[in-house]
Amino acid sequence: MAVTSKPSWTRPEAKVGIGGAGVLRCEGSWTIPNLSALSRALAGVQWPRTPKLACDATQITAMDTGGAVVLHRLVMQLRREGRQVTIEGLRPEFAEILRMVSSNWNRIGLPATTRPGWAEQVDQAVSKWTKQAVSALGFIGESTVGIWRSLNAPSGIRWRALLRGLELDGFNALPITGLLSFLIGVVIAYQGAEQLRKFGTNIFVVDLVGISLLREISPLIVAILIAGRSGSAYAAEIGTMKVTEELDAVQTLGLSPVQLLVLPRVLALVIALPLLTVYADGLGVFGGMLIASNQLNVSFTEFVDRFEEAVALRHFLIGIGKAPFFAFIIALVGCYQGFQIRGGVDDVGRHTTTSVVQSIFLVIVFDAWCSIVLSWWEL
Amino acid sequence: MTPTLAGVETPIIEVSHVFTRFGETVVHKDVSLTVRRGEVFAIAGGNGCGKSTLMREIVGLQEPTSGVVRLFGIESWQLREGRHHEVHRRFGVMFQQGALFSSLTLAENVAAPLKEHTRLSPDVIRDIVALKIASVGLPADSAAKYPNELSGGMRRRAALARAIVMDPELLFLDEPTAGLDPMIAAGFDELVLQLKALLGLTVVMVTHDLDSLWRIADRVAVLGDGTVLGIGTMRELSRSDDPLIREYFHGPRGRAAEGQHGST
Repeated sequence: MAVTSKPSWTRPEAKVGIGGAGVLRCEGSWTIPNLSALSRALAGVQWPRTPKLACDATQITAMDTGGAVVLHRLVMQLRREGRQVTIEGLRPEFAEILRMVSSNWNRIGLPATTRPGWAEQVDQAVSKWTKQAVSALGFIGESTVGIWRSLNAPSGIRWRALLRGLELDGFNALPITGLLSFLIGVVIAYQGAEQLRKFGTNIFVVDLVGISLLREISPLIVAILIAGRSGSAYAAEIGTMKVTEELDAVQTLGLSPVQLLVLPRVLALVIALPLLTVYADGLGVFGGMLIASNQLNVSFTEFVDRFEEAVALRHFLIGIGKAPFFAFIIALVGCYQGFQIRGGVDDVGRHTTTSVVQSIFLVIVFDAWCSIVLSWWEL
Repeated sequence: MTPTLAGVETPIIEVSHVFTRFGETVVHKDVSLTVRRGEVFAIAGGNGCGKSTLMREIVGLQEPTSGVVRLFGIESWQLREGRHHEVHRRFGVMFQQGALFSSLTLAENVAAPLKEHTRLSPDVIRDIVALKIASVGLPADSAAKYPNELSGGMRRRAALARAIVMDPELLFLDEPTAGLDPMIAAGFDELVLQLKALLGLTVVMVTHDLDSLWRIADRVAVLGDGTVLGIGTMRELSRSDDPLIREYFHGPRGRAAEGQHGST
């Protein structure tokens, strides 16, 4: 719409060529948009074998620092090849730019980034891992002490932050955990139905759904969901606070970041996760019940009767009992990764990802360990 | 040196009757000003008077509630539509916090506009980048560092190097000297003057720094009360009768700066 003055970017192009004996003719606009064409033209020049070369720059109509860099590079290159080069007829204002470029030339030269050798890489990796392990241990220790202290003196607990955590990480997670565990219940019953029907042992769908959900699957599904939902949020929140120096402000006010930030989050999750697991158990079993009555002709009453017989209370208790430990792992890993963020924005992303991967990994490892220990005790 | 263009008489920036409102807060009631080619134009005024907002409107990051802002004769808000790539190459912006890309090293940050907008060979890019890093006074060994490893002043200079790497005709500086020590701030002023002399740069800067205003600004617009209270050279403004301008320039710091620069 608006009538623009002709942009300076469509200026005449830059040219070079050999004009006469020992004369390099430079013409046109030596500015950044023209430089790639100019470099190609320079590569195609048939250099005369004369020891002396004059650059006729009278026809250069525009020049910026980029153009001056190219001209300077050219002169340097020709001189290295043993020629005497003179620049003639360059306008004074362009000569000024060229002077600025050449006077800074000695100071520049970016340091070449050298790849360290394998020994150095191993050394760096080992020292990095050691440092990380030490700081992780330190963090776990600090948090445990903090939690222990505040449990002994509950007045130090930030109740508002705790309640807010319960709402955000517990209550608000109800729809998604409910839906997912319902679907998992449906899937397990449905897959089991095929096999059970072959043997005519339809009623065992109750054992299948009840034991697997209550003991293993519900706690794990909830923990994985919460690791993705809350653990990542903890890392990102604390990390951003670190980047914006909010953590430093907290410390200079004489407050402990562990007590202020870590404790409410850990407590909230330790309370919320078992509750969410009970809820997930209920909906998962309900999903299994629906499929049982639909596909296997096991009515709701039969299902519930069998449930009482087949599924011992300990399965439920073992599932619920694992949940607080899962919560502890998720919250601590999330907060720890948040505190590890040092630099800028991309660091936040990296550590948030790490927090989710690490907490899910540790939750599953812990779960496997529980299985082994419980099988020793024959539970 | 920017060659003279056909439309040299059209102002490089034209702000006419701009009105800006954020919810209930009215920032600009009626702001009009023009910036001419080749001058150092400063926008001054108290905190919260909408200096930075005006700059964001000029570079097309924000739409004024009403009124027209033109940059190189094109309405600024249309710059975001992507039809005006060539305009984006013609100006550089240095943001207040530097706004360096934190995943790139200093050298990569400075090289970013060249890599996006040109097809230069890596060698030439490397030389131009090294030259710009040297010319803003950064040591060569800082080139491989990431922004979070640099001090505040270095980050500011790196941001300037990135803003000028394309040799733009127009350079925007948002509070370039805020938070810098007096020596570096003075060096910054020198650098701007040098660039202006060498490359014929037009500079628009938002600043509170009265020393800077006296030293390098050709013209100053004082914003206040949602309008432009006055435009002119520092000498003219310091003689203004407007009570708000007087308050701004004749506080204790204003008098000190004037005593130093105004009498020469």
